[in-house]
Amino acid sequence: MKYVIIGNSAAAVGCIEGIRKNDTKGSITVISDETHHVYSRPLISYYLAGSVTQQNMVYRKSDFYEKMNVKTMLGKKATTIDAKKKSVTLESGESIGYDKLLIATGSSPFVPPIDRLKKQSNVFTFLKMKSALGIEKLIGKDAKVVIVGAGLIGLKAAEGLAPVCGSVHVVELAPRVLPMILDEQAAAPVQARMQEHGVVFHLGITAEKVVGEQTVEKVVLKDGTELMCDVLVMAVGVRPNIKEAAAAGVKTNRGIIVDENMRTNAADIYAAGDVTEAIDVTSGERKIMPLWPNAYVQGRAAAYDMCAAEHDFDGVFPMNAVGFFGLSIITAGVQESEGAQTLGAGEGAAAKRFIVKDDILVGMILVGDVDRAGIYTYLLSEKIPLSSLTKKLTDDDFGLMAFEQEKRNERLGS
Amino acid sequence: MKKVYADENWCLGCGLCDVHCRTIHSETNDIVKAHNFEQPRPVSRLHIETGEKVNFALQCRHCDDPKCVEACITGAMQKDPETGLVTNDTERCVGCWTCVLACPFGAIVRDEGAKKVAAKCDLCVQSGEPECVKHCPNNALVYEDREGE
Repeated sequence: MKYVIIGNSAAAVGCIEGIRKNDTKGSITVISDETHHVYSRPLISYYLAGSVTQQNMVYRKSDFYEKMNVKTMLGKKATTIDAKKKSVTLESGESIGYDKLLIATGSSPFVPPIDRLKKQSNVFTFLKMKSALGIEKLIGKDAKVVIVGAGLIGLKAAEGLAPVCGSVHVVELAPRVLPMILDEQAAAPVQARMQEHGVVFHLGITAEKVVGEQTVEKVVLKDGTELMCDVLVMAVGVRPNIKEAAAAGVKTNRGIIVDENMRTNAADIYAAGDVTEAIDVTSGERKIMPLWPNAYVQGRAAAYDMCAAEHDFDGVFPMNAVGFFGLSIITAGVQESEGAQTLGAGEGAAAKRFIVKDDILVGMILVGDVDRAGIYTYLLSEKIPLSSLTKKLTDDDFGLMAFEQEKRNERLGS
Repeated sequence: MKKVYADENWCLGCGLCDVHCRTIHSETNDIVKAHNFEQPRPVSRLHIETGEKVNFALQCRHCDDPKCVEACITGAMQKDPETGLVTNDTERCVGCWTCVLACPFGAIVRDEGAKKVAAKCDLCVQSGEPECVKHCPNNALVYEDREGE
């Protein structure tokens, strides 16, 4: 069996490890336009803040490909997929045949149209190692940083850069930080914590134009506010890299459409990770969920299906664990849902909120107090009827004691 | 593999397992110093839940398909294919708590001491038998292989 994977990040690793659990003989080829050994993209902000070395950014040890018996083609771009001939052609003209193909091409930062913004040398996105190394050269105690976008990437960038730069301004269209994962109540303490560490926010407003030809010197907001700028980070969001897949006749919307086994509409072509649009099991809606853990499990699910192996895959849903200057946040599922009820405990920097619909937990936001959050994640992913529990979600001592003794002992093997 | 199992009906909820877990994972391995003097304070890697009728101590289940390993963004959390032990490489862990979000047992502990890292049961591999089991006064914790049954 010949397995070919386009991409070399979390989904690719999930796929490789999944294949090797079931098939130690088949050949695996990984094609990536990046030259780096597989590294963790979420660590870029940690790297720039100086809390993680480049060596420690590797997602799997240096002997990973060798141990997994994987042939790597790094620094090479796959340009064409031929679904009929079952081959992938590289920019160099070289062609590689496959029996099973995984498209794990990820996503690219979306750069919104801003007047005069082009590819000035100090404009960065925050997604790849290359941009981290570029930003690194420009930061210092006098550096003025402007970040457009207060989502996960924008705020992690702000947290990483604030301690090592002169100023960090964040511009966000929505009226609050992390609008995709937090409600107003939860966003307020996060914003406050970041302000305490010198981050300045401009919310509910957009950047209208930039000034500067070779480099961006100034960012002008819609209300006329001018922000001086040495480094501009664009972190508005990402778009799936679907071009090659779409050209090959693979069904796409904003991302590649996949079923519960990560199959696309094309025979023997799978997709996983940021490039896909999959069903969010908490809302039932099809969406792009560009999150590291999801990419890994999707890649592995694809592998098991490729190998025709039994696999208990529950699907994916939005979930985030993130922290800013010591304030931890964990969220999962939906923020709101029609006919749902919200249960809350605590407030400010120590608060829990649960979104419950028809006796099932469909979403949660935990700020500050995130201990044992996985027990709630379990309730959410397994759709456990809350009425079967002996404790309330908001109870201080909520834990496994909330489950019926027999069920608990069965799970614990006791 | 051998794992730690709790018998809820025998557990007194006395907390000795917690004390000895903290001690073995401290700098000094001295019960008094670990609890009264060490800074940063060492953390215990187990949870004791107390109820009206039963109590139990819970530690990492060393799952066959560990959710924490799947979710780990750095690759620090790994399952040893030979021993089955799930371990966290604290050198590479950045304390993002994605494993805390993922573990369905709530077994992973936040250690915010010297460096923010995820702390978890390592079955006391260095000393042969888990300290929690060794010091349980009522045999409510046992260390055995039940999977071969």
